[in-house]
Amino acid sequence: MIVAEQKPFDEIYERAKRHKKILLMGCGTCVTVCMAGGEKEVEILASQIRLAARERGDDITVEEHTITRQCDDEFFDEATARKVAEADALISMGCGVGVQFCAERFAEKTIYPALNTKFYGATVEQGVWSERCAGCGECIVDQFGGVCPIARCSKSLLNGPCGGSSDGKCEVDPEHIDCAWQLIYERMEKLGRLDELEENKPLKDWTHHRDGGPRTVTREDVKL
Amino acid sequence: MDKEPNIIAFCCHYCAFTAADLAGTMRQQYPTNIRIVRVPCSGKVDVNMILEAFVEGADGVMIGACEPGGCHFIQGNLRARKRVDYTKKLLEEVGVDPERLEMYYIAASQGPLFAQTSREFTERIKRIDAEKAKTVAQSQGTNGESV
Repeated sequence: MIVAEQKPFDEIYERAKRHKKILLMGCGTCVTVCMAGGEKEVEILASQIRLAARERGDDITVEEHTITRQCDDEFFDEATARKVAEADALISMGCGVGVQFCAERFAEKTIYPALNTKFYGATVEQGVWSERCAGCGECIVDQFGGVCPIARCSKSLLNGPCGGSSDGKCEVDPEHIDCAWQLIYERMEKLGRLDELEENKPLKDWTHHRDGGPRTVTREDVKL
Repeated sequence: MDKEPNIIAFCCHYCAFTAADLAGTMRQQYPTNIRIVRVPCSGKVDVNMILEAFVEGADGVMIGACEPGGCHFIQGNLRARKRVDYTKKLLEEVGVDPERLEMYYIAASQGPLFAQTSREFTERIKRIDAEKAKTVAQSQGTNGESV
């Protein structure tokens, strides 16, 4: 899923107070799972804005609305359009994709992001999310025992580890970052495939990544 | 300040609510401005509920929970403790005194403690209200002089 976290409150409020009526839009997919921008987080942020407006004497009305996915046309229904029309501006609690999709849908409204989108990650335990994929466009994890060196090695080394690996930890942040190459070695050892790590991996073909500019995936067979 | 503060008390069914009931049975006096919301466990109380209470006009919110180790649902009270600490930070961000929110561990047998805690928390909120009123008056007074 896409993992995000909320911006500092002051940054959000500074934008909110430019308008009289704000629509706070939540998203029911990735950011709900990573507890950053779902229905509950919308309730919390809306309450915070209301309380701050009361304390600081600002005139701001906040409406709350959460849709299933902000990155999919079909979930922008009539109720959403009506609420957007009544608002002076939108604050999206979706990821960067959701914010932009809202902006495309409602070109006449100013839209602000409430979240900072971080990475594609997994829930490693409740309340902890960790990066797993960098969206490089050409998956090679099979060669590395199912551990992605691009996303999980701080240097994205294809031929690791480097000298900064110590006790299975990365020198960049030994407390929080596992050395991806330690994980790769251990996994390949379990699989009995250590010999494959003897081969030098050639340079990765980055044309599948951002090398060619923004990317699009098209499936002619499913288009309407 | 003569105004009685509005206080919402989220009390867990098994401990704090039973203690409140016992306080009444024991004819213990506690402030009438406290509105008790019975919850199945203090772990049911979430950040959005607490903030909504403040938005709807509460001057103070107290959470009454079982003592550590005594939660009917094992660790609901410890979860509530974390949420209360987090909510205090959110209140501070918006300019609401985090002292307006507090969590208390009150066992079912402690009726007098419930009454005493309610009185103390009410006094605390009155003091915060009085300080706030004083600050507002001072800032308005200063403005008045400079105009």
